[in-house]
Amino acid sequence: MHVMDWIFKPWPWYITGPLIASVMGLLLFFGRTFGMSSNLRTFCAIGGAGKYSSFFNLRWRDYLWSLTLVLGSVIGGYIAVTFLSDGSISTINPTTISELNDLGFSNVGHSLVPDEFYGLKAVTSFKGLSLLIIGGLLVGFGTRYAGGCTSGHAITGLSSLQKPSLIAVIGFFLGGLITVNFILPYIV
Amino acid sequence: MKLLKFLLVGIFFGIVLVKSEAVSWYRIYEMFRFQSFHMYGIIGTAIGTGILFLQLSKRFKVNSLNGKQLSVPLKDRGFARYILGGTIFGFGWALIGACPGPMYILVGTGVMSMLIVLAAATFGTFIYGMLRDKLPH
Repeated sequence: MHVMDWIFKPWPWYITGPLIASVMGLLLFFGRTFGMSSNLRTFCAIGGAGKYSSFFNLRWRDYLWSLTLVLGSVIGGYIAVTFLSDGSISTINPTTISELNDLGFSNVGHSLVPDEFYGLKAVTSFKGLSLLIIGGLLVGFGTRYAGGCTSGHAITGLSSLQKPSLIAVIGFFLGGLITVNFILPYIV
Repeated sequence: MKLLKFLLVGIFFGIVLVKSEAVSWYRIYEMFRFQSFHMYGIIGTAIGTGILFLQLSKRFKVNSLNGKQLSVPLKDRGFARYILGGTIFGFGWALIGACPGPMYILVGTGVMSMLIVLAAATFGTFIYGMLRDKLPH
């Protein structure tokens, strides 16, 4: 296959995993740490949350580098879908697809997120909006309580062989497994 | 100029996460149903490469741009905060199919309703800040 064709297809895990590690490596080389959820705390600080809790008393300008990283990742997302994709359908396991069809999901893998969660109809329904808000609250609360998210604990923490990060990642999977296997089928 | 390198790394990160499909809700679902190796392959090779990188940079005493030896800050000791916070995070991660990095990136791909999730996540962090002294750590 021509290399340019390959660029427009989804990239394999054995290429993208090491590339994600290189993001961590570059940031460490710049003297910073890879952690995407810390920005949520910075958002709170910018919004004036320091008036309510000393946890948010930080000079947000010190985190301008991280906010810039966030801006870059938004731009990267735009570039990837606009210029680097051919609209290939994701090769989701057929078992997963039929399972999700049974749960009421259609066009599984045709987009990055299901319309059943993120489409206009879902977002303007009470249930759909509630699910997004509850999910967001859990992620925002949990990540700060645990002191990091997938980038800070799973990638950076485990790469540096830290026990707290291993405990956190076990928690990530415990919560995820419970949600997908025992909760999701009853709420969608 | 100081910030430009972070913008570029961010752009690279956004592209890689979209092209790897790590930002796909379906991939996260599939992972938690153990129906595909894809996400485990990404996370596994990322950690493997990360370990190798950090071990080598330690052995060869690589310095970061600020002149100090390249190192990862140590997490505080503890158990409760990691297992409880981690599990709460996992509940949300699996439900919305995105952790904080992918949330930003998906906004860039045009999923505007993710802004609702991001606002809720910011508020979740605010709630943590308010309750922090009362929680076991």
